[in-house]
Amino acid sequence: MKDKPDFLAHGVLLLGVILFVLPIWVMMAGATQNAGAIARGDLSLIPNPHGFGMFGRALFFGGASRAGYPVWHMLLVSFAMAVGIAAGKIAISLISAFAIAFFRFPFRKLAFWTIFLTLMLPVEVRIIPSFAVVSSLKLINTYGGLTLPLIASATATLLFRQVFTALPDELVEAARLDGAGPLVFLRDMVLPVSRANLAALFVILFVYGWNQYLWPLLAASSPAYTTLVLGIVQMMAPDQMTPWNLVMATTTLALLPPVAVVVALQGAFVRGLTETDK
Amino acid sequence: MAILELQGLAKNFGETAVLKPLDLTLASGQMLVIVGASGCGKSTLLRLVAGLESASAGRILLDGADITRQDPSQRDIAMVFQNYALYPHMTVAQNMGYALKLRGESRAAIAAKVEEAAALLGLGDLLGRRPAQLSGGQRQRVAMGRAIVRQPKLFLFDEPLSNLDAKLRVSMRAEIRRLQKRLGITSLYVTHDQVEAMTMADRLIVMEAGRAAQIAAPMEVFERPASRFVAQFMGAPAMNILDPVRAGMGNTPPGSVAGIRPEYVEIVADGVPLAVDLVEPLGAETLIHGTLRCGQRLTLRRAGPPPAADGLHVRFPEEALHFFDAESGIRIEEEAAF
Repeated sequence: MKDKPDFLAHGVLLLGVILFVLPIWVMMAGATQNAGAIARGDLSLIPNPHGFGMFGRALFFGGASRAGYPVWHMLLVSFAMAVGIAAGKIAISLISAFAIAFFRFPFRKLAFWTIFLTLMLPVEVRIIPSFAVVSSLKLINTYGGLTLPLIASATATLLFRQVFTALPDELVEAARLDGAGPLVFLRDMVLPVSRANLAALFVILFVYGWNQYLWPLLAASSPAYTTLVLGIVQMMAPDQMTPWNLVMATTTLALLPPVAVVVALQGAFVRGLTETDK
Repeated sequence: MAILELQGLAKNFGETAVLKPLDLTLASGQMLVIVGASGCGKSTLLRLVAGLESASAGRILLDGADITRQDPSQRDIAMVFQNYALYPHMTVAQNMGYALKLRGESRAAIAAKVEEAAALLGLGDLLGRRPAQLSGGQRQRVAMGRAIVRQPKLFLFDEPLSNLDAKLRVSMRAEIRRLQKRLGITSLYVTHDQVEAMTMADRLIVMEAGRAAQIAAPMEVFERPASRFVAQFMGAPAMNILDPVRAGMGNTPPGSVAGIRPEYVEIVADGVPLAVDLVEPLGAETLIHGTLRCGQRLTLRRAGPPPAADGLHVRFPEEALHFFDAESGIRIEEEAAF
């Protein structure tokens, strides 16, 4: 530890903070101002003290979707989708990584590399076949259709496999001698030991799910399944004046759930990405 | 309390025979120590008995029941690992009680057994701690406790003391032995440390390249080593091996080499001259290294401080000599030789 504060380091950090915070600040300040003023380019960086009601109004604003579903409904849809994607991805990749890391079976390598290859096939690449499959399964405009094509995940499987193979062999053997079968071992050893990694992954995947745009655009044509990200876009209709203050207030609201998840799991998140000692 | 029998037990990894067929019967309550250099197959033997490796041939019988193909969890065997393998997310009490919990014992019964074992090992105050909060010696005890609590038929120890510092190792060595005797549980103990092997064993297996070079009581291994390898492996410093003819020994079996332990070489006024090149005073005793006139190296050990002179004369008492076949290294019995 140094006695003197490192002004250069603090300066660089401060610059970084400003860079990150400024757009968010503009968004929040903009939400409180007059839509016409913003459209003219008169965006003030000082929030208008009388405009804070906009956040509340945005929450109940129903003009963004054709059937009049309010923003809070879109928040719920987005939340359900993001939780579904994150939980589904974790469940499926936990099991597949468990199989790959702890069991010897024929074509294990092939299975692993096949999963690995799906890294090259994000939803944007396979969007037409995915849509065809989901629609022939009659899953369009259901939560299943919204989440399932995004769930199969190589990244999470690879991460879990790394975590699992880092567990010492002796731990596995000790558990076997103590009488733990595979599922008991998964429940009593693997899950508790990799809890921090689980939390870290949940944060990343939740944000990934929350930010999805292209897939919900196709799979959720019904207004009842309009996600918040879609809703924001729909507010910016090309043929009328965009209510910029409303858009910014809604965007601010859209920011809150991911932030809440990050804050709630922050400790585990940092540990899960940095802790190597098991 | 159980009798362990191995019948032609062998293990191959592909073409390599890691463990050559081994026959052995271990009486109830005995401690069998498996000693050898690294890669000699001693850990493989232990893992075969544990069921963590599958046997390529042969049978393992525990109390007469064939357990060769049984899953490790059904063998009623407890193992203490080299790195302890404690469950990092569980407290000491949970670590010790885990096997009982899986067996479906009641919470009260588990707590009682864990407390009893903890008292035996002096772990009473640590039951609520996690492994990360324990010292190496304490972790070692917890690993012991986890094995004891189950009251298994067989204990397996895989170099349990090799991660401890020298002082702790000596005290834990005695403690494990006392505990094992008191509980009377048949045990297999793998080590590369010959002092541990000598002090702890009822019976000793010296392993050499996947083969049991000798199976006997420790003192017999020391006094009548079955081969040149065993003779040199057990005892520190290692036994001197000399060409008896060049060293000027009289009546020796033809085609043999002679072995003599450093402590049995006598310093005399008039004998074979030894040019001393290194003296290592260890306090209570002294090691003297030198070259005989015929060019052969010799180490000798004597009690007390180093001798004054650089040039010594030594004698090889006949009763302290061992003879081994120069080719095969097999022991030549005196009766047969003369």
